[in-house]
Amino acid sequence: MRAYVPDYDLVAPASLNEALELVADHARPMAGGTDLMVLFESGKLPYRSLVSLWRIPELRGVAAGETHVTMGALTTYTEIQQSEVLRREFPLLVKAASWTGAVATQNRGTLAGNIANASPAADSPPALLVYDAEIELLSAKDSRWAPYAGFHTGYKTSVLRSDEIIGHIRLPRTTAGCAQYLRKVGTRRAQAIAKVALAGLGKTSDGVVERIRIALASVAPMPIRCQETEAVLTGRKIDRTAIEDAKAKIALEIAPISDIRSTEDYRRRVTVNLLQEFLETLIV
Amino acid sequence: MPRVAIEFGVNGAPRRIEVYPMERLLDVLREKIGLTGTKEGCGEGECGACAVLVDGELVNSCLVPVLQVAGCEILTVEGLAKNGRLHPLQQAFRHSGGAQCGICTPGMILASYQLLARWPRPTEDQIREGLAGNLCRCTGYQKIFDAVRQASEA
Repeated sequence: MRAYVPDYDLVAPASLNEALELVADHARPMAGGTDLMVLFESGKLPYRSLVSLWRIPELRGVAAGETHVTMGALTTYTEIQQSEVLRREFPLLVKAASWTGAVATQNRGTLAGNIANASPAADSPPALLVYDAEIELLSAKDSRWAPYAGFHTGYKTSVLRSDEIIGHIRLPRTTAGCAQYLRKVGTRRAQAIAKVALAGLGKTSDGVVERIRIALASVAPMPIRCQETEAVLTGRKIDRTAIEDAKAKIALEIAPISDIRSTEDYRRRVTVNLLQEFLETLIV
Repeated sequence: MPRVAIEFGVNGAPRRIEVYPMERLLDVLREKIGLTGTKEGCGEGECGACAVLVDGELVNSCLVPVLQVAGCEILTVEGLAKNGRLHPLQQAFRHSGGAQCGICTPGMILASYQLLARWPRPTEDQIREGLAGNLCRCTGYQKIFDAVRQASEA
């Protein structure tokens, strides 16, 4: 059933401090609305009091610093695709942004919204995980940075407190010389939600893995990084045996389910195949 | 909750109206302002029938709470024709058979408008990518792509 519009309140403060006070006072944040308005229209939005963050200047923009690239919470998928530094150093995030909905959604949908909405099938999290992203959490009384890898704690749950919002997301500029991989398997190219998506980032020296990151969407209650599989590969030469060992490990490390988009079995098989495809790019 | 007064421009004309802040831009355009060219298809951002431009950026108006467009300039399909002459995109859709039942057409034309603003001479891939969020059940899309190419050459 449709929502009864007069029951809902939305205010648009001009400053970040004002917004944080409202969130501390139990209003819930809204950015571009591409997720929340879908819930709203179907009468399933559980909040009556909302704060629009859309016009808050402090939460916009992509800044390239010496050690990190820092993105405001409201950075849209369109802005991600247009950023020179992201295209050059973090192409997986740019690719994920290009897969998220189509142009109209990319113009409104935000990176922090994608994170906070916490869908296990979201497009940007696997890329953020392999890039060791960190998230700034802001409240009226304090602010802290937390590694994104520990952000999601279960299905739609996270370390974000109810009085906090995401302020910025930053990526360490350490991708030089790394092989980068991202593939999403869905029903069609545009507008589809992932059955499985796998991101990989790896650096080898004489064929031996120095650093490796593997992250997935749609195979667990939340986006996940596969640290056990990474441990199997770290310090090893990538050959057929190493790839088979990693495939066996990842099949146990993920926890896919059968739902409207795919089955547990298919997701496990595709995960293993995508991992193999990524690891083969690391063979010298 | 009480209504609030907000101001924004629609097709070049300033408007001041009383709204509930969470009303969808789509409903305000159609029911409060009387511009029914903007259509509702899915109501969840998948089909693009309700697409309009907000400050030059394509959005699905079913997903925009009207409070978020305070101070913005909105362009709907009604704002394209000038002095009784159809916009080149409208002419191209008409001549190429890019419009059949017409429900997707306003959103399709505004998505094309944004596409040509970004890439005045789009490649086939850019056209397909730019219109990927607009669903049409009549044309099979080819005549729509033809229309965009024709308009880009006009």
